[in-house]
Order: sequence, then structure tokens, then C-alpha cells
Amino acid sequence: MDFDFYLSTMWSVLKALPLTLEIWFFGIAFGLIIATGLTWLRASGHRLGEYFTRGYVFIFRGSPLLVQLYLIYFGLSQFDFVRHSPILWPILRDPMYCTIVAMALNTAAYESEIFRGALRAVPVGQIEAAKAFGMSAFTRFRLVTLPIALRLALPAYSTEIILMTKATALASVVTIMEMMGTAQKIQHDTFRPIEVLTCAGVIYLLLNLSIARLFAWVEYLLSPHLRPAPEQSQQVKPVPEVL
Amino acid sequence: MPASSAAAAKAASSPDDKAAISVKDMRKCFGDHEVLKGISLEAHKGDVISILGSSGSGKSTLLRCINLLETPDSGEVRVDGELIRMKQGRDGHQTPADTRQVERIRANLAMVFQSFNLWSHMTVLENLVAAPTHVLKRPRAECLEQAEALLKRVGIWERRNYYPPHMSGGQQQRAAIARALAMNPKVMLFDEPTSALDPELVGEVLRVMRSLAEEGRTMLVVTHEMGFARDVSSQVMFLHKGEVDSVGEPKEMFARPPTQQFKQFIANFNK
Ligand SMILES: Nc1ncnc2c1ncn2[C@@H]1O[C@H](COP(=O)(O)OP(=O)(O)OP(=O)(O)O)[C@@H](O)[C@H]1O
Ligand SMILES: [Mg+2]
Repeated sequence: MDFDFYLSTMWSVLKALPLTLEIWFFGIAFGLIIATGLTWLRASGHRLGEYFTRGYVFIFRGSPLLVQLYLIYFGLSQFDFVRHSPILWPILRDPMYCTIVAMALNTAAYESEIFRGALRAVPVGQIEAAKAFGMSAFTRFRLVTLPIALRLALPAYSTEIILMTKATALASVVTIMEMMGTAQKIQHDTFRPIEVLTCAGVIYLLLNLSIARLFAWVEYLLSPHLRPAPEQSQQVKPVPEVL
Repeated sequence: MPASSAAAAKAASSPDDKAAISVKDMRKCFGDHEVLKGISLEAHKGDVISILGSSGSGKSTLLRCINLLETPDSGEVRVDGELIRMKQGRDGHQTPADTRQVERIRANLAMVFQSFNLWSHMTVLENLVAAPTHVLKRPRAECLEQAEALLKRVGIWERRNYYPPHMSGGQQQRAAIARALAMNPKVMLFDEPTSALDPELVGEVLRVMRSLAEEGRTMLVVTHEMGFARDVSSQVMFLHKGEVDSVGEPKEMFARPPTQQFKQFIANFNK
């Protein structure tokens, strides 16, 4: 085994980690914003909102992210109005921005479904109790529905984020030299695909491991009520006869 | 309506603006199933009305229509003389005219549910201060102090930092009653508060409810606990198929059932 080669490859690929993280971060951040909007639109009960979100989910969940990325990067620049738009063109001619847009649009479709399911899974009795105590719709949402739904959404959401980490590798097809792009370049230069891909794979694994641990930790913090009961230090007093 | 006592006659005839709660001619259908067929009741300050009836007679629906968890098709609800205003919706059904009014009135009608419905992601103490601080806008420190006192009163102060899933049913229901008390409600609504409990836990909850009756709380209690209905309540109302079959003073009602239906109902319980 050529340790020096492994080490130098590791190091080269790791130097591209910040770029991978940048795509990842902005992709999921904008994705979360869009997903929140979609979820709100879907939950608001408007007919048009429902048709729109269903159509959106159908398209962006139903087609490969790679196809979406190609269409956004190569396809949209075919339109004159895009090339002449002072807002769209600076975004869509940049492969980095295109990747972020594609990832955000794609993950938003999945996330809005995750959030919709979580909202529906909030026990109806807990919401009714909030109503019965005079809470306004907003207070009810903030104190009861949202905290419960977030906990319910977290496991599926963390899976989606891990999928997005892996999806950043697609940026390499539109010339971005993030970790995968860098690995491919080394592979071309050295003709040693096994070693290079092993290095990249290990880094992705470790990255996802940390993300999974992070989410597990957040989940733990947010769910004390789902953990086993604390040790019973004191005996419960019976209700006194005379109150 | 075969009324059995003066109280019943009064409830039916003279609408009293001073009543803590009054319901007039309430009707509710689910589809073409008429669940409430014109129910009236009136409770004055300190009254404890036990609402009895076999399964499906509309007891829960009645309570839920009073605090508008369900929207009644017609009828009036007054809390402390204040009418809950309704308006005609587009689809022909009525809806509350003013959600702010409904929220304000609900805050005066604390409800205790059969399945507790404590907020599972909050500790017991947080459950008790959530509504007083966010609905009544009272200072948090004051709410915490009151909450601890209430938890002591119902005997679960030691569990104040527990989450509801970590407590027994009886403890959860006592916490739910304390949560209702923390609102200082004008009227308390109980929907079968002991039906989800193991038999040995029923007593601790009934003891708390009895003490509430003794201190003069106004309560509407849907229950299958005949002992509670007979000994604690000031009035018993028996629903049958969505109608008030009979209503009266408890000792009287149990000693001499005014209708065949009620007679049969208590006979089934004594079996
Ligand atoms: N949301 C609903 N939609 C349709 N039907 C309903 C609904 N809620 C209640 N019902 C029906 O209304 C009738 C009365 O129900 P309700 O829950 O008020 O009875 P209950 O007297 O409380 O019975 P129980 O002792 O079993 O709790 C039942 O036949 C029930 O099936
Ligand atoms: Mg019921």
C-alpha cells in the first residue's frame, strides 16, 4: 500500500471540503425556506395552494436531481429572457449557484412532505387541549403543534440532510471542484481510481457520521419525554384525605 | 320532558342572566345523525351538574359544543351572562362570529378530558403555566407559584418536573385538573375524567373532584361514577338519544327514578 499517495490524496480532497460544505449549507438552508413555504401553502387549505404544492412535489421528487441540475444549468440559459434578466442571469450562469438552486428546489419537495406528515401526526387531543384553554391559533401553533411536529419530523429530516450531503457530489458534473470534482481530477491525472475513490468515500462517510451524530444529539435534547422516566428518588405522596 | 324537581322546572322556564353557564336549545347533527336534539341546561355558581347517559347519547358532544370544540348547529350558550355570538356561514352552518370572544370564553371554561391530553413535550409545571402566561398574560413568576401550590393540593408536587408520559394515569389526570384550576375558570367541564383509569386510580381523582365541589366550584361533569353523581352533585341530568330524558336533585332521582329509561340505566349499573 502506498501510504504517501493515500495521504496526499486525502489532503487534496479535504482541501475541497469547505466548498462541499458551502454547497451543502446553502442548499439545505434555501431548501428549508422553500419547504416551509410549501408546507404553509399546503396546510393553509387553499385549493390552488394544494394543487401547486402537489405539482411541485410530483415534479421535483419524481425526477432525478441530476436531470434537474442539467436542465437548470444548461437548459434555462437557452431562453433569451433568462440571459437578459439582470437578476436571473448572474445566478444561472454560475454553476455553483445553479447547484445550490437545484439542491434547494429538490430537497424542498421531500422536506415539505416530511413536514406535512409530521404536522398531521400531532395528536389531535393535544391541539384540542390548547384550543380548550383559549389559546389563539398562533399561540397554539407555537406552543403545541410546532414543537411536537418538529420532534416528529427530525428523524426523517436528518435522513434527507444526509442524502443532500451525498448529492453535493453531483456539483462535479457542472465543473465545480468540490470533493468529488477534486477526486475525479486526481483520478484522471494518476489513473488510480480505487485509491482515490476510497479516500473520497471515507471522507463522505465521516462527514455523514458527524451529521448523523449531531442530529441524534439534537433529537435527544428535544425528547426528554420519550426517554425512560428519571429514577424515582422520592416516593409520591398519596392525595391527603383533607385537601 | 318529565321534570322531577323544582330545579329542573326552573332550568327549563326562567332563563337567568346570573347563571354561571346556560345552554338553550342546543342542536347538533353529524351528517344526518342528530346527536343533540335541543338540550337546555343552566348552572349557577357553585352548582355541580352530573351528566349521565349511555354511550352515544351525546354527552361528550354536549360539552364540546359548549366550549365550541364542535360548532353547534343552533342554540345559545351564555357564560356568566355573556352570549357566545354566532353568525351564519356561507354553507348554511353557523360559525362563531368572533374568535377572540370564543378564546376569551374558553379560558373561563377549563376542560378536563377523558384521556388527559396533557402536552407531552412539557413538564407538569410547564403544562400548568402555559395557558395562564400565554392566554391570561399573567406574570410567569406568579403563575409558577400558583402552579406549585396547585400541584401540592392535588398531591403531585414531587412530580412537577416530570413529563406526562412518565406518570400514572391517575397522576396525569390530577395534573390535568390542576392545569384547569390554574386558569381560575368560572366553570369546569369534565368529560369522563375517570373512565380511562385503572380502577384503583379512580379514587384519587374523585377525591380531588369532590374537594372542588366542596369549595364551591361550578362544574359540569360527564361521568359514569354513580357514587359521585349521587353524593357530590347538586343536580343530575340524564341524556338519552340526544335529549334530556330527566333532570333533578340527585338523591331524589336515584331513590325514585322519574322515567323508565333512567330506571333501566341505573339498574344496569347496579348489576
Ligand atoms: N366528530 C364526529 N363525527 C361524526 N359522528 C360523531 C362525531 N362525534 C360524535 N359522533 C357521534 O355522535 C354520537 C354521540 O357521541 P358522543 O361522543 O357525544 O357520545 P357520548 O355520550 O359521549 O358517549 P360515550 O359515553 O361513549 O363517551 C355517537 O353516535 C357518535 O358516533
Ligand atoms: Mg363521551
